[in-house]
Amino acid sequence: MKIAVLSGKGGTGKTLVSVNLASVAKEAVYIDCDVEEPNGHLFFKPEDIESKDISVRIPFADVDRCNGCRKCVDFCKFNALAYISNKLIVFDEVCHSCGGCTLFCPEKALSEKEKIIGKVQKGVSGNVTIITGILNIGEVSGVPIIKTILNSINEDKEFTFIDCPPGSACTVMESIKDADYCIMVAEPTLFGVHNLNMVYKLVSLFDKPHGVVLNKCLEGENPAEKFCIEKGIKVLGKIPFESELGILNSDALIAARENEKYRDMFFSLLQIVTKEVQHETIINP
Amino acid sequence: MKQLLILSGKGGTGKTTIASAFIKLSDAKAYADCDVDAPNLHLVMHQPSEPEMTDYYGLPKAEINPDSCVKCDLCRQNCRFDAINAGAEYKVDYYACEGCGVCEAVCPAGAVFLKPAVAGELMLHAGDKVFSTAELTMGSGTSGKLVAEVKKQMKAAAQDIDLAIIDGSPGIGCPVIASLSGADMVLIVAEPSISGISDMERIIKTAEKFQTKVAVCINKYDTNIENTEKIRSFCQKYELPFAGVIPFDPDAIKAINNAQSIIDIDCAAGRAAKEVFNTTIKILNA
Repeated sequence: MKIAVLSGKGGTGKTLVSVNLASVAKEAVYIDCDVEEPNGHLFFKPEDIESKDISVRIPFADVDRCNGCRKCVDFCKFNALAYISNKLIVFDEVCHSCGGCTLFCPEKALSEKEKIIGKVQKGVSGNVTIITGILNIGEVSGVPIIKTILNSINEDKEFTFIDCPPGSACTVMESIKDADYCIMVAEPTLFGVHNLNMVYKLVSLFDKPHGVVLNKCLEGENPAEKFCIEKGIKVLGKIPFESELGILNSDALIAARENEKYRDMFFSLLQIVTKEVQHETIINP
Repeated sequence: MKQLLILSGKGGTGKTTIASAFIKLSDAKAYADCDVDAPNLHLVMHQPSEPEMTDYYGLPKAEINPDSCVKCDLCRQNCRFDAINAGAEYKVDYYACEGCGVCEAVCPAGAVFLKPAVAGELMLHAGDKVFSTAELTMGSGTSGKLVAEVKKQMKAAAQDIDLAIIDGSPGIGCPVIASLSGADMVLIVAEPSISGISDMERIIKTAEKFQTKVAVCINKYDTNIENTEKIRSFCQKYELPFAGVIPFDPDAIKAINNAQSIIDIDCAAGRAAKEVFNTTIKILNA
């Protein structure tokens, strides 16, 4: 089963939840789709790393063939081409690799070349296979990296955890697209609730079965929990706000591997999540 | 107008908490929230009046008219975004479509057309102080362009102003790069964790790539003193101006949950934020 972990707001504990759930599973694949700021590998410290470059196709012009008709410039909806001082210029960073310019050039002056935008690393840490997408600095979109990773999972493991980027835009949509279930991690703040509401709308729009893990829980009223009750969203579990857990996590240690108490906590959470996903597959195959 | 942009790389380090404190401390006449897919600044910056709302149109989306479609499959074969599904009727996956127009151009039957699509909502409070913000429509992808619009409407409404404070988004991709354009300085809000340090290094490299001046402050510095020291020495090593530290403070969470800024109440985080603010302004004007 593929389980996506998302949050809207950053820093609510997506990586904490996905890394620890993967660690307590018998065997699991952990995929870091937060390609702009991947952190899961810092916790797992994977070994036997295989690395593969990810590239996109961008156009380049054969200057001898280009007659300056500007058909490509007019066609490009992303304004990635300009014809200035008798020369065709390509703005790589805004090109969406749609291929239109190359397809429609009447002089066949355009062809495509590969441009590396990042990489995917695969490694192992105990029971977990770790796949990390990494966007190169200065590149605009990590979507092609996420697409490549999710289209090429051939691991036959019971659990696949997809650690999503923050927010609710294109990279998040791509990350949850094929997920069987979405875990939303929320923190008990006004900001947390507002962003939880946004991803709640997103998972509802994509018709994904979902539940919430409440992180950083303190005594007293929890605005995120209140939101879940009002909306009838299943609360899968609560993670307490504890400095012990905070320190382990800030030192990039996997709490479930370091401390029995946290191992038990994440193991129970995994059981609850498993039951939920199975339940969803029965009623909604 | 000088633009101070608050970024962090990692999410949840305290960008909005610090941005709202800085806006109040500087009595900024212009400010904006560029985190369009998870905006929060408006929750702590109460506005005296309703905003002026404008629909934001991203790129159009393709649609196929089933009556004229001849099922030649050319649109599906040429779509790089896997946005066309064949079946009894050819259909466009609205969320996968990026609006490039290739399908429309290859269709021999004129069955494909591009339709304008609302991708977000821009909001502008333009009174004595200008506040520009937006919210991306769920299922829309073009957050970078919306960020550019947020900044554009702020600048248009606030011309003769010394300082604008801009709350950014996490990450290093399109919305962040769009927010960097025109910024005079970036204040990075770092967090003393191994993840936070890794993310901070990536956002600093991104800002440098776009030749924007950088300063660093550390929020919740006392949650891991060892990592705080690592950040300080990183800044020393690369000669990055250091703007100070803010402690973890449960009162700060209380303030935010009451829809207040940390400088609206007397608390340790608020006092520290004042010092960080003064240092940041000195660095900005240096």
